[in-house]
Amino acid sequence: MTTTTRPGTAKVSTKVSGRPGFYRSYSQELALFNTRPKQVGVAAVVVLGLLGPFVLEDALLRTLAIAFVFAIGALGLNIVTGLAGQVSLGHAFFLGIGAYTAAAISGDPDGRTIGFGIEEMWVWLPASGLVAAAFGVAVAPLATRLRGLYLAIVTLGLVFIGEHVFREWSHLTGGAGVGRSAATPQLFGFDFSQGTEMFSREQQLYLLMFVLMLVFALGARNLARSRVGRAFSAVRDRDMAAEMMSIDLPRTKALAFGISSFYAGCAGGLLYTVSGFFDPASFNLLLSVQFIAMVLIGGAGTVGGTIAGALFVSLLPTLTRELPNFIPLISRQVTETPNVFQVEQVLYGLLIVVFLLFEPRGLYGIWVRVRTYWKSWPFSY
Amino acid sequence: MSTFLEAVIRGLGTGSVYALLALGFVIIYKATSVISFAQPALMLSGAVVTSYLVPAMGVVLFTGFSFFFSVAVAAIITAILALVIERLAIRPMVGKAVFVVAIITLGIDIAVRVVVNGFIGLGARPIGFPWGLDRVTILGLDVQIRHLVMMGTVTLVVTALYLFFQRSRYGLAMRAAAFDQEAAMTMGVSVGGVFALSWAIAGALAAIAGSLLATGAGVDRQLWIVALVALPAIILGGLDSLEGAVVGGLLIGVAEALVGSYQRDLAPWLGDNVALVSPYILMLAVLLVRPYGIFGTPEVRRV
Repeated sequence: MTTTTRPGTAKVSTKVSGRPGFYRSYSQELALFNTRPKQVGVAAVVVLGLLGPFVLEDALLRTLAIAFVFAIGALGLNIVTGLAGQVSLGHAFFLGIGAYTAAAISGDPDGRTIGFGIEEMWVWLPASGLVAAAFGVAVAPLATRLRGLYLAIVTLGLVFIGEHVFREWSHLTGGAGVGRSAATPQLFGFDFSQGTEMFSREQQLYLLMFVLMLVFALGARNLARSRVGRAFSAVRDRDMAAEMMSIDLPRTKALAFGISSFYAGCAGGLLYTVSGFFDPASFNLLLSVQFIAMVLIGGAGTVGGTIAGALFVSLLPTLTRELPNFIPLISRQVTETPNVFQVEQVLYGLLIVVFLLFEPRGLYGIWVRVRTYWKSWPFSY
Repeated sequence: MSTFLEAVIRGLGTGSVYALLALGFVIIYKATSVISFAQPALMLSGAVVTSYLVPAMGVVLFTGFSFFFSVAVAAIITAILALVIERLAIRPMVGKAVFVVAIITLGIDIAVRVVVNGFIGLGARPIGFPWGLDRVTILGLDVQIRHLVMMGTVTLVVTALYLFFQRSRYGLAMRAAAFDQEAAMTMGVSVGGVFALSWAIAGALAAIAGSLLATGAGVDRQLWIVALVALPAIILGGLDSLEGAVVGGLLIGVAEALVGSYQRDLAPWLGDNVALVSPYILMLAVLLVRPYGIFGTPEVRRV
């Protein structure tokens, strides 16, 4: 192993055969994909993801597209909670803001709801993120004064206030139970929601969302290793010590909320577009909890884990729908108990509890364990 | 004027129920420094147990008494449920980050509530409150009896709690553990026992609060949201202050009732049901001025 004091100029020693990839220099440790297995793994996932539309059925593609959007939102929550350590139960609120900003910008100017008729996605997507980020920064003065559970309760309050506004401001949201049409996913004149001869609507949306998720994931991963990201981690680990190292706490926390809300806003706009309909009352506490479940089940603070958690939580309903085939006791009807929807919700709750009790690092932690096992095999340590 | 006073009495009624819930939150917080987001589920299960007990009791006991007896039994049952939750999910997490434990309680809340919802069914379950929505006239004011019962019950419970904390061995142990866990342990206080006791008390309080709340429209699936209104109350009063919980609860109740009676005339553009979110708005406003509530102790930060 070579050691060096100057990053970037390390001599790369010849690889010892049979050894897993070690870091050989500081710059390598800080690199985006710092080990060979990680490079290969990410490449494999990307290839698999791109193959998806050609092998999977439309119904599953649709579910997966929604799961990718959830992953974008979960990455946002991961930045503020997993990375910067600021508890937020208010993620659904920012999602809602993004969704309605996108819908309003893209909406029909002559319709019954507010609309500006700009259907281009490169306009409404950043805009929905920016508006949500503006709200995130506006909340920050409160957030920076509070810590831990006080903050959790305040962000909880945001969800309730937001839910009320979404329900009452029917000029923007279409009103409870009615709703409005979502933003059009149109990029340079090409409408992704219209199927073409080559691709169906689901295939197009799947690909679009997959690529977008990769972009956002890359952004999150890059952020984590940047100066700002390391400041976030310092604040999470011990905010007093971070302050001693001349990290500006209010500014850092505000930034964390801003970036997280940006992600949430974009996810909100996309989510509305992919799912097509959203009741104004659905941006509620349950949605926030689902996002927390994604981050915690996946593994707080990690990008790959968060995406895995988001996929897991969003595909959970698809799995539970299959349950009545195996356990006849569980009904498909909402009116009977126990039904699949109840099982699904109980699972959300219990999975959070079980993961936190037994594997606090989430799916990512399980992966780390498996990896360590094979790295040191046949020795258990 | 009478509209105003009636709103205040209505507010004090529901506010005293919020105070009960807030006391539960604060007792758990003081003992374990965790906010239990499982309180809504405990409240709902208490109310459901009462709604099943009252008809069963009605055969044995006379009408007026069966409600209060059922509430007491429901409080005990819910306390046991809270004990089980504490034992299974909270105790293993002692020493872990408070946020993690809080999220665990959130998960428990969802799971328990779904199970309890199964017992409620789709509509509302009547709770068997002897007076229903009857009203009386006191000093020219039109008052619902249930609000008076709420205030009375809460006064009783708060007095009992005060005596418990000041006069009993266990109350002393709880105060000691809340003050300094390690010192209490060296003095022979079973801190684990204090954790369990705090959950049991909070569960019982939640059950009483839930049953009282359901005296209006019965137990339905939306009742649990009311338990979250106690969160602004404890933030207002300060997370670690029992007096603050009572004062905060009453304040929130009155504010909500006043907004409910006057908002439609003064600010109709805010839409219906602003009263439901007014506690949260009030909370945000107070936090801008006093980050640790009215009675809360500011956190001392040391390196």
